[in-house]
Amino acid sequence: MSTVKGSVLETARNWTDEGRKVAIATVVSTWGSAPQPTGSQLVIDADGNFEGSVSGGCVEGDVIVASEDAINSGKPEMLEFGVDNETAWRAGLACGGRIRIYVEPITRD
Amino acid sequence: MKAAHLHTLSENMAARRPAALLTWLDSGEQQIIRRDEIGADTPAALAEALEDGFRTDKSRTVEIDGRAVFINIYNPPLRLIIVGAVHIAQALAPMAEQAGYDVVIVDPRTAFATVQRFERERLDTRWPDVALPEIGLDTRTALVALTHDPKLDDPALHLAVASPAFYVGALGSTRTHAKRVERLREGGMSEEGIARISAPVGLAIGAVGPVEIAVSILAEMTATLRGKKPELG
Repeated sequence: MSTVKGSVLETARNWTDEGRKVAIATVVSTWGSAPQPTGSQLVIDADGNFEGSVSGGCVEGDVIVASEDAINSGKPEMLEFGVDNETAWRAGLACGGRIRIYVEPITRD
Repeated sequence: MKAAHLHTLSENMAARRPAALLTWLDSGEQQIIRRDEIGADTPAALAEALEDGFRTDKSRTVEIDGRAVFINIYNPPLRLIIVGAVHIAQALAPMAEQAGYDVVIVDPRTAFATVQRFERERLDTRWPDVALPEIGLDTRTALVALTHDPKLDDPALHLAVASPAFYVGALGSTRTHAKRVERLREGGMSEEGIARISAPVGLAIGAVGPVEIAVSILAEMTATLRGKKPELG
């Protein structure tokens, strides 16, 4: 698992070094049967290219949209998905768990 | 995250230094702390959460002085150094790799260390006292000495017990190990160092044959890594 994490980190670094605008999404808490463990990450650029995973495909679509917002606003955001969240339920977090995902832009300073 | 933090994390990972990124969730403020920087000035609750995170390889949110902080653990990959390109090594290497270890087999005896028996990229045919310092024995590394040959096993064990490697094991019966302990003691190893060596290597699961011995070694490595005292049911 740490090797996967290392590769997401490398991708984030390479994209940033290439001058691309990048955001990182990280699973910061999970309750119930979450598909990916806490600490799992996804890196995304302003064109929607991404690598890594925060939910094994359940909520990636919403996370990507939020990442674009974070890149544009320069501000981090906390997302929450779960059975008590209509949107996320539709997004298909079918395992009945709940996850919080921290989406943050990579900033230059 | 600041680009500078991203670079620091990536450099620590490349240099195999365990590090954590702390994100204070109320302010969004972030800082990096390396495992070797945890010290007397680290708040006790934070130090404990960090050590536990590094050991179990688990990231999590904790409360420190009423503030929620997300501790994201960036551990370098696990590594296993096997001294001795023997039959057990042939079983242990692929198993350990499946468990997430980068595996290196050190054996200067080229009759054993052959590409027919092992994948080329896993072999290091230098003597252990030359190879090990260069491969590196850090907190994410386990070493097992499997040759039975004091010329090879003993220098490797001296280097391993003096290092922060999380697991050091040596193959051999209780009698063989008693003789080995005498030699190591004469060679200047402390009692504390001797106590670091798991010997006879592996959990006592009644293993028969190389494959089962490899299972017992991997099981003991896992228990040691996770700080869990093994229980036999």
